[in-house]
Amino acid sequence: MKVGVVTFPGSLDDVDAQRAVRIAGGEPVALWHGDHDLKGVDAVILPGGFSYGDYLRAGAIARFAPVMTEVIAAAQGGMPVLGICNGFQILCESHLLPGALIRNDHRTFICRDQTLKVESSSTAWTSDLSVGDEIVIPLKNGEGGFVADEDTLDRLEGEGQVVFRYVDFNPNGSLRDIAGITNECGNVVGLMPHPEHAVEDLTGPGTDGLALFTSALATLTSA
Amino acid sequence: MARVIVDVMPKPEILDPQGKAVHGALPRLGYHAVTDVRQGKRFELEVEVADEATLAEVHALAGTLLSNPVIEDYSVRVDQ
Repeated sequence: MKVGVVTFPGSLDDVDAQRAVRIAGGEPVALWHGDHDLKGVDAVILPGGFSYGDYLRAGAIARFAPVMTEVIAAAQGGMPVLGICNGFQILCESHLLPGALIRNDHRTFICRDQTLKVESSSTAWTSDLSVGDEIVIPLKNGEGGFVADEDTLDRLEGEGQVVFRYVDFNPNGSLRDIAGITNECGNVVGLMPHPEHAVEDLTGPGTDGLALFTSALATLTSA
Repeated sequence: MARVIVDVMPKPEILDPQGKAVHGALPRLGYHAVTDVRQGKRFELEVEVADEATLAEVHALAGTLLSNPVIEDYSVRVDQ
């Protein structure tokens, strides 16, 4: 299964995301922000970093990158799309996911190993996890505060669209401790912490992040 | 030539950490009259002529690229 990883100017974690796909058993494909071409991939990852320098708002300019025309159409057609950190911000700016990410309430960049509670296993990226599981993956952001109006938050909770929640410690002021969400169909998932940094014991706090990538490959295989 | 100003502000109910940081610095500098600070952005757009069609275009780009309607409000005015 081919999983595309988009590189924007200022992406940082695109190579780590490619590596995570490879370790999970998939074939990573590098996609370029300036191309109107998904190269026949079966799924897409928007990686972490500071696309376009986070100018204007994080993800605001990347949302209008040429490749995003194809990513948005594919996502609306049901293709699994994962946005990690800056990728989550891009998904929100693209309106593929509701809400927005704002500057951390404590105004400082934060980097830590973060415990998350799995709230939904019925997405394309979490089928290998179980509801109630706790996973530990790195988190590193300056603008990770998830916000949305009360109606949207209630709808996300009611429809089971909250996928991950921060446990014990809310690192960025996200409303209702929300760390990751999905769209109504469950094919698009965005989260602030970085599962691609937790796929090998040597280089991360563990291998809990691997499940997101194996989930997508399993979803694609069974489709 | 004309200039169109687009002001973008965080919605009142959205936390504004930058404004809070600025406000927090004021007492340290000896300024005590300011009770709150909200920080936004100002865009100065140069246009050939600020007619109805141009302003419609400015509204369109202000509501999509310059601001995120989920967290921000914008206003458009022609600089006289």
